[in-house]
Amino acid sequence: MATIIIPTPLRKFTGNQSTFKVNEAGTISEAILSLTNQYTDLKKHVIDDQGKIRSFVRLYLGDEDVSALDQKADTRIKESDVISIVPAIAGGIY
Amino acid sequence: MSTHIKTSTLQLSASGLEVVRKDAVKAYPDECCGFLFGTETEGRKITLAVPVTNHKDGDKRRRFEIHPQDYLRAERLAAEIGLDLLGVYHSHPEHPALPSLTDLEMALPYFSYVIVSVKSGKVVDERSWKLNESLGLFEEEFIMQPIHLS
Repeated sequence: MATIIIPTPLRKFTGNQSTFKVNEAGTISEAILSLTNQYTDLKKHVIDDQGKIRSFVRLYLGDEDVSALDQKADTRIKESDVISIVPAIAGGIY
Repeated sequence: MSTHIKTSTLQLSASGLEVVRKDAVKAYPDECCGFLFGTETEGRKITLAVPVTNHKDGDKRRRFEIHPQDYLRAERLAAEIGLDLLGVYHSHPEHPALPSLTDLEMALPYFSYVIVSVKSGKVVDERSWKLNESLGLFEEEFIMQPIHLS
């Protein structure tokens, strides 16, 4: 089973679980959907109104930025794969 | 934009606070940024601060951005050393340690956001803020006297 790593600030939406095991084979998108279907409060922090990954969130497959992959979030995942949800961290003085 | 009701407390280790202050001075007049690690067993205690590069592509005097790879490394470090990733710090050169609209827009739940005010290259204030999701506001965390770790 592939694993999704939940970022610390969003673990309150997964009952403090730091990881999520993906039960079915499929793509990165399907894995994220499986996660957000189980933890519905998490959904708005990861998925936008159009059903796409929010602009403030990056996905990593291992150490690879998913947006840089040929198939992007449609990339099929293996059992050994680890997907990380990475929130944008930014700010400024005004 | 922000309230001044301090609903929670934050303990910062003396060593962690020193790292944050030194980074703010070193980066001046640009903004600095980094991660805060610690524990929450008896209140929130920050025991480790780790600076990272401000990756903002543009005016680093007014903006900071942490690279996603640095965020990944921070999560992995927390797991390795048995601490929690509890927040982020950054500096406001020539501006008060108050969160901006951009800070609020980008704020995540749960994290403590320590902001350091630097004026003329010297740290003049540091305050900590935490998002109240239901109100869509930052609430200030009371920073307790630095704790000295043996």
